[in-house]
Order: sequence, then C-alpha cells, then structure tokens
Amino acid sequence: MSSEITQNVSREDAAHPIRSYPKFLWWGLGEATNGGLLFYLWMFALTAIALVGANAWAVQVADGMILTNMTDHVSWGLYIANFTFCVGLAAGGVMMVIPAYLYDDEEMHKVVIVGEAVAIAAIVMCTLSVVVDLGRPDRFWHLFPIIGRVNFPVSMLTWDVFVLNGYLLINLHIVGYLLYMRFLDRKPNPKWYVPFVFLSIFWAISIHTVTAFLYCGLGGRPFWNTALLAPRFLASAFVSGPAFIILVMRILRITTEYSTPPGPARTLIQIIRVAMTVNLLMFASELFTMFYTGGAHGASARYLLFGSHGHYGLVPWIWTAIVCNLAGTVLFFLPKALERSNIRIVACLLCIVGIWIEKGMGLIVPGFIPSTLHEIVEYAPSLVEWKVTAGIWAFGFLLLTVMLKLIVTVFTHEQSRGGQKS
Amino acid sequence: MESLLPILNQPSTRRTALKAAGAALGLAAFGRAVSPLWSIPENVSQEEFLQQHYKELTEEDKRKVLARLEAETKEELGVDVTISDQRPIPGVRFGYAINLSKCNGNGACMKACNEENNHDRGVDQSYIRVLEMPMGSMDMEEGNTTYDHTVPQDDKFYMPVQCQQCDNPPCVTVCPVEATWKEDDGIVVVDYNWCIGCRYCEAACPYHARRFNWEEPEIPADEVNPDQGYLSNRIRPQGVMEKCHFCLHRTREGRLPACLEACPTGARVFGDLNDPESDINWVLKNKRVFVLKEDLGTQPSFFYFFDS
Repeated sequence: MSSEITQNVSREDAAHPIRSYPKFLWWGLGEATNGGLLFYLWMFALTAIALVGANAWAVQVADGMILTNMTDHVSWGLYIANFTFCVGLAAGGVMMVIPAYLYDDEEMHKVVIVGEAVAIAAIVMCTLSVVVDLGRPDRFWHLFPIIGRVNFPVSMLTWDVFVLNGYLLINLHIVGYLLYMRFLDRKPNPKWYVPFVFLSIFWAISIHTVTAFLYCGLGGRPFWNTALLAPRFLASAFVSGPAFIILVMRILRITTEYSTPPGPARTLIQIIRVAMTVNLLMFASELFTMFYTGGAHGASARYLLFGSHGHYGLVPWIWTAIVCNLAGTVLFFLPKALERSNIRIVACLLCIVGIWIEKGMGLIVPGFIPSTLHEIVEYAPSLVEWKVTAGIWAFGFLLLTVMLKLIVTVFTHEQSRGGQKS
Repeated sequence: MESLLPILNQPSTRRTALKAAGAALGLAAFGRAVSPLWSIPENVSQEEFLQQHYKELTEEDKRKVLARLEAETKEELGVDVTISDQRPIPGVRFGYAINLSKCNGNGACMKACNEENNHDRGVDQSYIRVLEMPMGSMDMEEGNTTYDHTVPQDDKFYMPVQCQQCDNPPCVTVCPVEATWKEDDGIVVVDYNWCIGCRYCEAACPYHARRFNWEEPEIPADEVNPDQGYLSNRIRPQGVMEKCHFCLHRTREGRLPACLEACPTGARVFGDLNDPESDINWVLKNKRVFVLKEDLGTQPSFFYFFDS
C-alpha cells in the first residue's frame, strides 16, 4: 500500500523533508507521543491498566478459563458481550462517512477521520476480546487459510474473522492515505480513497450484520433466534458510534485546537435521534413477541427483566440499560437542553452505557439462561474478566489517543504551514 | 513541576532518548505481565503445536501422535495407557434409544460415563444429564437435574439427555476450524488437538451436550481408564471442547456403551440402525418413539419411548 502511495508523491514536494510513507508514520509516532503533563499521566494510567489486563489474561491462559465465572451453562460472558458492543462502535464510527461522502458534506470530513480512528481502535478491541475468550490461543493459526483449516463459508465465525480484519485494513488505508496527503499538502486522489470509502460503508454494515448472524442463526437459543437481531444491532450502532464521536470531538475541542463547525454535530444528533427511536421500537417489538407468545421464547426475557425462579442476576443490569436509554433519548429530543454542552455529554454517556449493557450483558448472557435443558445457572463476571476487559478498553483508548494526536498534529501542522505560505 | 517531568521542554534528541527509555520500560513491564504465558512451551511440545488436523494426518503421522500422547500420559500420571484410533465400521450407523418407563433416575449411567471417559473428578463431569420431570408434563422447564433424594419418586419420571448425534448437527456447522465433524457411523467427534476453545459449538447445541475443559482435568492415576481412543476418552487437554461419542472406542469394536452396560433398569437400547435385526430397529418398529426438540430440524439419532 505504501509503495503505491509513494509513487503518487509529486516532484513539486521536493522541498518536503519527509517523503516516504513509513517515514511519515515514524514522524507521526514521534509527534503523537509529545504532550504535556496531563497527556503523559493519561498515557501512563492507560498503560498501567492495559498491563494489569495483560497479566490477568496470561494467568487465565496458564491456569485455565476456570478463572472466569463462565460455565458449561453460560459459556460466553463479559468478553463476548464487550466484543459485541465494540463491533457496533466500529460500525457506528464509520456511519459518519455516509453523509460526508454521499451528500458531499465537506464540513463532515474532519469528523469522518475521527470516526475512522474510533473504528480502528474498536476493531482492535474486538479482536482482543475474541482472543481472550479462546481456550487455546496458542492454536490461533488454525483459523488462518491454507495453513489452518477454515470452515468457510458455513461457520459465521469465519465470516466474522474475515470481515473484521478486512474492515481494519480498509480503515487503516483510508485514514493513513488521507492524513499522508494532507501532511504533504496535496489534494488526495479520489481514485485512491473514494472506492475504499464506499467499500467501508458497505463493510461497516456487514461487520455488524455478520456479528448478529453469529447469534441469531442458532435455533437452540430462542432468545437470539430472531430475524430482528441484525437490524437492532445496526440501529444501536448508529447511536453508540455517533455518541462516542460527539464525546471525542468535545474532548478534542477542550484539549487541542482541533475544532469543527456545529454542522456535523447537528447531523450526528439527528442520526442518534432517529436510530435510538428505531432501536427502542424494535426492542419493544421484540419484548411483545416474547411475552405475548410466552413459553420457551419468553423464558429468557422473563429472567432478564423480572427474574425467574428466584434468580434475579440480570435484572439490575437491564433496568439500568432501559433507564439510561430512555433518559438519553428524552434528552436528545430536547433541543434547548441539548444546546448546553454538559447536557449533551450526559445524553451521549447515557446512550453509550445503555447500549453497552443492552447489546452486551443484556443480550449475550440471557441467551444462556435458562440453558437449553431449562436449567438456571446464573453468571456474573469474575475479577479476572473485569481486569482483562478493562485492559482491552485501556489499550483501545491508548491506540485512539495516539491516532487522534496524529490527526490533530497533521491538521494543525497543515494550518500553520498554510499560514506561512499566504 | 517541570523537574518532575523532564521529558517536557527538552531538546528533541534528549526527548527522543527519554521516549525510547519509556518504551523500553513499557516493553519490559509487558514482558513481565505476560510471563505466565511461558508455561505454554512447557506444556505444549513443538510436535503438539505443529500437529495437523486429524483428517490430514497420514497413518505414519497418527502412529507418532498416538505414541506421543501415550508417552505424555505416562510422564504426567505414571500410567501406561493404550490410545488407539478406532475407525467407523463400514455400513454401520449407530442409534440409541431410552425407555422412559424403565429409567428410574438412579444415575448409574452418569457415574459409568465419568469413569469410562476419564472425566474430571473434581466436578464429577459426565456427558449425561438426567432430568427429573413431573408426571403429565414434557415441559423441560418443569424438570430438575440437581435432585438429591431417593429415586424413583412416585409422581416423577426421569429423562437422561446426552449428545443426540444429530444428522444435522448445529455444533458442526458453527465450528470455525472444523475441529468437530460427523463420522460415517453417525457419531459426532472432536479433535481435541485441533479445537481452539471458542465454545461456539456449546452455544449452538440445543441439548446441552457439549462440555468445555475449564481447567486441566483431574484424575487420580489409579482411576485412569487405560483403554483409550484418540477421538473419544483419552485425557483431554485444558481449554478444549468435548462431548459424548457413543463410547466409540468400545462400540466400534463391537462392545456396548458404558452407560448402557451400567444401567440397572435395562432402559437403554443401542445398535446399528442399518441392521434390520438390531435391538434399536426393533424399538423403532414396535414402539412409538419421539426425539427431543424435533422442531429444530436437528434430526437426532437418539430416541425416547414409553412402554405403554
């Protein structure tokens, strides 16, 4: 990829000291690790948490998954729950691309590149969440084509591996290329990124659809076995992605000179309003079907929302999610209140937390309770699982911080150079 | 404050050096954090790490693998075991049936399974779960697997559930690495040396038939069953899936499954579905049988019936 790009570098940039893509990345890494005291404290804290997570995972690999609270009854837990949310975040991060390029909304471009950075960090978190869930990570190469033995196209998990890695590569290319061109002060050649942008739109939808198919294709799990699952995933991704980006833009505005006009934020808010309403509508529709039909189809939902046979493990989780989602939605429909940036932050946080639970613990765990033989074995994550998950989030934030620093540096670098020229 | 953080406001060469020091420190800390992983090379030999999928092994490869596994058991537990690779008998398709009028929930099948298949003794693992059901209901939600009282209770009947060896097995469909598959005699097997432990099959199985090795199984040396099969009851590694294999190390050699032999009530019937004279075919012809969760289209080779 880099060689293609270096070929495109024109002679008129001869004065520019850095001309190869690897050198640009190296320069970018240097720039991205410069900062003030707060920045270094932030990076230090994230590194520390990531190391705690890495250690907890290593112990889990050595001593066995017995260190998690998963069982043969609830065989997926916090890791897969977090994975599901991160896929949504990754897909949602790129949803911004649609208005920016489809409607040629120039103002969105500065937000789009942030969205793509969020997508890259989220995809890495997805991959890590799956790896830590494997009982035998030493056998990861069995998943590779040719040297391993891949059950493609029958197993949805092989599709997921394929689309997630593809999505990572596409976004790395787009972000890298656009930044590099901006750095060289050249207009990006549409031939080198527009096809990839359209591919990434299609791909963003596919990663979340395939992830939903992972669950909804299982006939033995009535709670997941619904055609509405993929649309629900997409709707909530359209909420969590934009909400996360609004938060990131807010932080960038406070800590850097990187600011965007209010137009893109308004677009994001519009997307969240529509998507959250659709998401809640589909959730309600799902609940109606499950409770009105009753029987096996209602058993998991009953356990999730009200508890069952004296077991109430998920009840506090799901009601927290419902309250967060409803409160967040109400705030997003109050334009006056939303003008205040604090309220906007609260609204975004409410939606993110609500969806993290609804698409995570509230979706994965009740699929296993009651079990296929209708036994009720409850699940709450163990300390090791929390440590590993926190470590994955810390590493994701670490990556995101470095990428954002690079983006901000390139954009402000360009501005200052532009200033000198004129 | 500035003195606390020398990296700030320094000339770029010194700053670069400080960053390099920070990165080196970070890497060292990472190496320390993941140091428990160094136990992998101790437990997983190079041959095991590089071992190919069962279906890609030549006869020579298999011989080596079996010899290595036997040597490892000897080294770890001090027990001499024979691990064979029993292949399906051509033309045979196994079927199993349970007479629910006879089963009284005594649990001898579970105990036999535990011993025969070298299960973890710590959790009394077994491939069978027996549901105690109230008379007059087939709703599993009314069932209870953890009963602990004298059996049989007057108002209850007992329904053992194990792998149904489906003709359309969802567990095989979902496995990303083809570590589990259906053999010609209808038995769904797992290559314990190929499974990556993602547990997708456990989520897909509608009968709770699959088990995961959450830790290294614990078996006292004097209780190890030395008569083992590569795809069946050999001692499983940590972190992989396992399941009922109709005791293929016995049944492919003309013997009966351990759970059937242990059953004191005669509720269990096993045999070749392709043989018109077999016991299992007598049951299918003369009894009204049913399968569990027929609506899912899994097409089990496991049947249930009542006497009258």
